[in-house]
Amino acid sequence: MFSKILIANRGEIACRVIKTAKKMGIKTVAVYSDADAEALHVLMADEKVHIGPSAAAESYLIADKIIDAAKQTGAEAIHPGYGFLSENADFCEKLQKAEITFIGPGAKAISVMGDKIASKKFADKAGVNTVPGSTEIIKDSAHAVRISGEIGYPVMIKASAGGGGKGMRIAYDDAEAVEGFSSATNEAISSFGDDRIFIEKFIEEPRHIEIQVLGDSHGNVIYLGERECSIQRRHQKVIEEAPSPFLDEATRKHMGEQSVALSKAVEYQSAGTVEFIVDKNRNFYFLEMNTRLQVEHPVTEFITGVDLVEQMIRVAYGEKLSLSQDDIKLTGWAMESRIYAEDPLRGFLPSIGRVIKYSPPEEDENIRVDTGIYEGSEISMFYDPMIAKLVTYGKTRDQAIAHMRQALDRYYIRGLNHNIPFLADVLNSKRFQSGNITTNYIAEEYPDGFMGGRLTDETRKIMMAVAQTVHSFEIGRQSHISGRMNDANYTDNWIITIGGENHASSFYATEDGCAVLTGDETHTVITDWVPGKPLFEANVNGNEVCVEVDKLLDGYLLSHNGVTEKVYVRTPREAELAAYMPEKIAPDMSNFLLCPMPGLIVSIAVEEGAEVKAGQVLCVVEAMKMENILKAEKDAVIKIISAKAGDSLSVDQVIIEFE
Amino acid sequence: MQEILIRLEEKREEARMGGGKKRIDTQHKKGKLTARERLDILLDPNSFEEYDMFMEHRCVDFGMMDQKISGDGVVIGSGTINGRLVYCYSQDFTVFGGSLSETHAEKICKIMDMAMTVGAPVIGLNDSGGARIQEGVAALAGYADVFQKNIMASGVIPQISVIMGPCAGGAVYSPAMTDFIFMVKDSSYMFVTGPDVVKTVTNETVTQEELGGAITHTTKSSVADIAFDNDVEALKQVRRLIDLLPANNREKSPDFPTFDEPNREEMSLDTLIPDNPNKPYDMHELIQKVADEGDFYEIQPEYAKNIITGFGRIEGKTVGFVANQPMVLAGCLDINASRKAARFVRFCDCFNIPIITFVDVPGFLPGTQQEFNGIIKQGAKLLFAYGEATVPKITIITRKAYGGAYDVMASKHLRGDLNFAWPTAEIAVMGAKGAVEIIFRADIGNEEKIAARTKEYSDKFANPFVAAGRGYIDDVIMPHASRRRIARGLRMLKNKELSNPWKKHDNIPL
Repeated sequence: MFSKILIANRGEIACRVIKTAKKMGIKTVAVYSDADAEALHVLMADEKVHIGPSAAAESYLIADKIIDAAKQTGAEAIHPGYGFLSENADFCEKLQKAEITFIGPGAKAISVMGDKIASKKFADKAGVNTVPGSTEIIKDSAHAVRISGEIGYPVMIKASAGGGGKGMRIAYDDAEAVEGFSSATNEAISSFGDDRIFIEKFIEEPRHIEIQVLGDSHGNVIYLGERECSIQRRHQKVIEEAPSPFLDEATRKHMGEQSVALSKAVEYQSAGTVEFIVDKNRNFYFLEMNTRLQVEHPVTEFITGVDLVEQMIRVAYGEKLSLSQDDIKLTGWAMESRIYAEDPLRGFLPSIGRVIKYSPPEEDENIRVDTGIYEGSEISMFYDPMIAKLVTYGKTRDQAIAHMRQALDRYYIRGLNHNIPFLADVLNSKRFQSGNITTNYIAEEYPDGFMGGRLTDETRKIMMAVAQTVHSFEIGRQSHISGRMNDANYTDNWIITIGGENHASSFYATEDGCAVLTGDETHTVITDWVPGKPLFEANVNGNEVCVEVDKLLDGYLLSHNGVTEKVYVRTPREAELAAYMPEKIAPDMSNFLLCPMPGLIVSIAVEEGAEVKAGQVLCVVEAMKMENILKAEKDAVIKIISAKAGDSLSVDQVIIEFE
Repeated sequence: MQEILIRLEEKREEARMGGGKKRIDTQHKKGKLTARERLDILLDPNSFEEYDMFMEHRCVDFGMMDQKISGDGVVIGSGTINGRLVYCYSQDFTVFGGSLSETHAEKICKIMDMAMTVGAPVIGLNDSGGARIQEGVAALAGYADVFQKNIMASGVIPQISVIMGPCAGGAVYSPAMTDFIFMVKDSSYMFVTGPDVVKTVTNETVTQEELGGAITHTTKSSVADIAFDNDVEALKQVRRLIDLLPANNREKSPDFPTFDEPNREEMSLDTLIPDNPNKPYDMHELIQKVADEGDFYEIQPEYAKNIITGFGRIEGKTVGFVANQPMVLAGCLDINASRKAARFVRFCDCFNIPIITFVDVPGFLPGTQQEFNGIIKQGAKLLFAYGEATVPKITIITRKAYGGAYDVMASKHLRGDLNFAWPTAEIAVMGAKGAVEIIFRADIGNEEKIAARTKEYSDKFANPFVAAGRGYIDDVIMPHASRRRIARGLRMLKNKELSNPWKKHDNIPL
């Protein structure tokens, strides 16, 4: 076996590879950029090599620097992780010349599968179902009708340069094909200045389901079941699971065998993934093959018990696969949530900065956390803002979901915004739980974006029980302050205010914990929580729950199950008086252009006194290496410009004031 | 007998109604509570004992003889906050607009005397239209009597003012002399002369809110310490503040039960200081990770944000935190920051509250604006305050401690008890670049030489070891051990005894 390998990556995947290497007794070398000098993967590895400035294009993406690092440290092989150089055939060839083993497939597989059109043709030849469609450019509407007929309705008419729904039309019959062709063409010209149009099969209720394959250099390839990754936001996978709640045994076998056939055809010798799109009738079509380890590989590991990284290392070393297809049994259910540093309440804009508090749930046989950060890490603008992958397991899908919901509640992050409330809300929905998901799930369920979790009856009850317990503990503790003249005589009558409603409540200790009486319901609460702990972990009415508790100037801010809610616990007199307090209306900021995210002003396109039209560009803000163009929402006159190019602004800082 | 008892209850009921139902409703419509309702929030349930409920004014002019309301516009008494004794007065806007009469003032003076006698805090809830004009000079005398009481109580018992309505003219000077002023947003304002007079005299047009609202006073003038959203929030936060303060200057702060471990290590502090010396970081994080349960009660959070002041606890005992904030103006000291911190340090020293100082200061803010407004004497206030303070003083230098500002920020030379530095500390007269440009003026223009010299200077001084070598720094500590080291230091300093030479009082540069 290799004695030392280099991991040409960063973040959680580098850490994950290092873990397996350690388990196998292999020494590890980390590479790092300026921004990652104190990153977790660097701390975990046995050796580290600095490879340049923070920008990936000047460090992690430069093959020669990685190869130099391997030579310098004597690493015999390189694991590329995902992204960066993982699917770069040139890199592969360079390694070969340098006599360093690439822990991945051969250059041929990478280059064939790396080309969208070539891979589709190749797959077709290998007997894999591909999405029926024309590879030729549609000349006119008659041509469109003919091709549509050949493919079979419904079809998607789409602009070659298309994207974001622009220049795309769905047609269910000839008439719609004619109409669709002309409107898609017009839109393509106006939006992209490119009128090339293609037609392909339109997949109804599409699901993204992919097959994990594993091959060796001796011609053996097996498949390790599927993963369903239909929960996507703008083609970015958010929640993945294995197996798919949709596939039956026959379809699975069918997809698996086609994937193996394709892998064999490209002489695939590592872990790889064949991605399919599956329609509502379980017809499946090849999308692409990813010739690397996938982000969501842990769900497969959970249900197969196979360490894919270990297998990759072994076959890269030249070992024969010790597993045969018959050894692969799918046991139980696994679920993965990608936790991102982004603000779900602000259109999922990246939220970068220092992670002030970070406490992931404890790992056990049902919970796995693949993370690349620690408390005090910085989520920088240079890389993907993923904080971690939270993976849970259960005997059934319901159990895996239940574990995920609990684990999300236990995940404590402060310092930047994250998508945990959004993930929790998805996992909390009946539709997701029923398994009725498609790649349009998020667009359909959150047409206006995410507005925060829905306060369900169940969550409200838990929050009331927790708020009352927290408050009673706090009152109890305060009453032990020194220097008292008498005791503060609180009676045991309280009013809990949540979601604008008042509920009478009382609290008393029981033999093994305490009980909260709200209305005519009694909630039993057993907890070892003490004031000051940010997470309230308890058994409430027989269920394990975890609620984040933040003290407010008056009341508490509780977060649970994707819901964040202000909860007040007051004496009846306090509640009576608090009712007189006026509701504070947030100031009207519609006359201001506010910075939507922390970022750098690249340029300001207008001047004070200028008249602008709706849609006109006002300024450009750079965040996470992305230039965000801020446009006028309505016709207006610029009154004051409060920022200039080069300024570093925080969220909601005023950039421009309108008349 | 029974009848007499009933009569008392009736008289009490009458007094409790203040200016009557209609005026109470008006008060509520403005989003304000009445004087007595406020005390219900402020004090422990049923702990309020009212005095002078039946006191009435003695004015006979302008028809006042026929207008008498029990209590005369102010409710006074004692009560408890989490069982600890406090005295309070609460002006009743429903009675003569809360205006201050001779008797009204007498009542305030009475509870201040009581508080001084037993050594307990006084909390004033202000909601008054001003002096009772019908009484003329008698009302003015009343104000002055209250002022004199405030002055005598200053530094003896904590005095807290909450402005919950108008507070104009002479009335402002009583709160001005108390230790802390809280204001309620949108319903309170303070000014010496109102918008109408301002318009007449200076022709400036300004609203009440702009001239003296809660936002103005907490962000621009620093007259008030904290602005709250409403009456309930403000009063709850007074309770929280009282929990932090000793009852008087002879006592130490109360013990507050905590479950936080004094030896808690915060590994993340080891990465708090960015690699780039010009990159800011939020000093709040250090305070929150050092304080018990991360609980920090910030004073003047919206004013002179380049310095942070506020209370927290270590092992259940109150400490005052003073810290430069690199996020704002690079954490430099300017006039506003010096004044803000000096007043806070002096409060802590008055009331036996140890001072924890976190230093990351690049120096004093340069500029004509600063010099013309007297940064010399204003900056000297903080220097003076630290130097005269005899409470335990623990200082940690996290990064920059440059020039005179190093001396000022609770340095060893100002009788610091424990002066620690993180390994990232740089204690020097100035930053390397500036120093080299002075020492090697001849080399300016020769970039290579300057770079080499800068490196030499920074290698020599951009660390805590030169200062540690001279004993100016007692120890260089690991950032993650900060809480443990402070907790240990405070235990050690618990019985610190230090006194200044006898004097009538000092002559701090005001």
